[in-house]
Amino acid sequence: MDQFTFTDKSKKLFIGLIAVGVIATLYGIFSGQGARTWTSAMISGWFFFGIALAAVFFIGVNNAAQAAWGVVLKRVFEGVSMFMPYGTLLLLIVFLGATFHWNHIYHWMDKSLYDPSSSHYDAIIAGKEPYLNLPFWWIRAILLLGVWNLFTFLFRKRSLVEDQEGKTSKWFKKNLTLAAIFLVFFGYTIHIGSWDWIMSVDTHWFSTLFGWYIFSGIWVSGIVMVLLITIFLKKNGYLKEVNDSHIHDMGKWVFAISFLWTYLWFSQFMLIWYSDIPEEVTYFLVRLEDYGLTFWGMVLINFIFPMILLMSKDMKRNAGVLTFVGVIILFGHWMDSYFLFTPGVMKDQGVIGLVEIGMMLGYLGLFLFVVFNQLTKAPLVVKKHALLEESLHHHIN
Amino acid sequence: MTKEKYLYGLYNDDELLVDGIKHVQSKGIKVNDAYSPFPVHGLEDVLGIKWTRLAIAAFLFGLTGLTLAMLAINYFMIIDWPMNIGGKPSFNFYENLPAFVPIMFEFTVLCAAHGMAITYFFRNMTFPGMPARNPHPRTTDDHFAVEISPEGNGMSVEDLKNALKETEVVEIFEKERITKFV
Repeated sequence: MDQFTFTDKSKKLFIGLIAVGVIATLYGIFSGQGARTWTSAMISGWFFFGIALAAVFFIGVNNAAQAAWGVVLKRVFEGVSMFMPYGTLLLLIVFLGATFHWNHIYHWMDKSLYDPSSSHYDAIIAGKEPYLNLPFWWIRAILLLGVWNLFTFLFRKRSLVEDQEGKTSKWFKKNLTLAAIFLVFFGYTIHIGSWDWIMSVDTHWFSTLFGWYIFSGIWVSGIVMVLLITIFLKKNGYLKEVNDSHIHDMGKWVFAISFLWTYLWFSQFMLIWYSDIPEEVTYFLVRLEDYGLTFWGMVLINFIFPMILLMSKDMKRNAGVLTFVGVIILFGHWMDSYFLFTPGVMKDQGVIGLVEIGMMLGYLGLFLFVVFNQLTKAPLVVKKHALLEESLHHHIN
Repeated sequence: MTKEKYLYGLYNDDELLVDGIKHVQSKGIKVNDAYSPFPVHGLEDVLGIKWTRLAIAAFLFGLTGLTLAMLAINYFMIIDWPMNIGGKPSFNFYENLPAFVPIMFEFTVLCAAHGMAITYFFRNMTFPGMPARNPHPRTTDDHFAVEISPEGNGMSVEDLKNALKETEVVEIFEKERITKFV
């Protein structure tokens, strides 16, 4: 079975999930909880956008490193990456809402903060005006989102063309160049994106490690999502070419990047906790005092589960264990996304309830619908690639 | 120190080595070991080498390191000599845990890494300065050797040599090597 068929059963399930999301959104809006609904849209929007972005990044890494093992999984990564335009749209809705003051996610967009005669005047935020002003912010947002989308489409298009026309060595070299350009651009812009869209929620606060932390978070979510979709496809009789060694390698990625995420999270936390400078420590104060248990729980889930359960070789090859860990840490990283936005916008009023979970399910439904739809548009394993043969024989102990 | 005499076949390519081993094994000859300058893909499956338990040892060493680090930090920083660092007086372990995590982590890694290396040396008896056990100096460079015990195969040495000659072998020789140091 080379060609994936998107069954009606899955379609109905995903449309059902989207319906849940729509109901949750409407409930949020009409019960007068606008701020909560907008925040929730940003939490899930960023989470699923990040997964698509991480998939493009991983395609780039595999091309640049000339890695052979992942070639049979390339189409799954591409499928996930093709959620990018939809994720962009979901983010843009929130950005437009913030710009037109329909929501108040970005506190610094309030004009009165910059007016010395106003009672709302904020000297710290006014000092950030050369960087954090609407026109410049929008230029950066459009540049970043535009170029990321462009690269996504280029990688996808080239992959489809290569299937048709062959000439694998030519595409191999061209993809290497494209990936190198993309990775350099991505390396800088992921930081700019995380400052602009996430760190500026807590406008007074700053952290130099923040970009790395966000990057490792989307990376692990992306890998886990691709792994879960691969396991699903294999279980339904597709992707026969993917063997235990490929799954083992994906398991290693989940294990390794979970550690990277924990390492960066902790590095950021410990330095701020130790130095105890008021302007830095506010970020963690609101999170620990008002959300203490769930906040620590999120960190522990994202660290302990992959560490304990994915330590041994056999576990990394066991689809059941991988699915269990995958689902748990995917939720854990959604929680991470929750803590990026909620305490900054809602202060101590944030909850995890119908609106947040419902909208997450809705976005998940949309995400899976788009990804599964994209998977049907090309053979599940690339037909022609310079390293395809090596990938088919991939074997590690 | 015990020494034993073995029969060796030398190859100049890793794939020829694996093919050679498969060939002599198909004749019912038990291959004792193989020597290679680098890890050869699939060689351990052909030789039937058991999966290493070094990972389990590493885990236990790491756990030991973590426990030692926690006990030591608790004694140094809480019990014996509490200090006020950056406005954080160390009166209990739990409240100062974030500051101790780097040391706990580093000591875990230190114990696991050194434990693994030392275990590896002990298991293989390959401490620095030990006499070499490989049959031919070129097995550390660009040649590959297969090792067969002349006894215990129910064949004469001539038959074993003939079986090796049917493969792409470049040299056949007999040599004593150290099998046990103690």
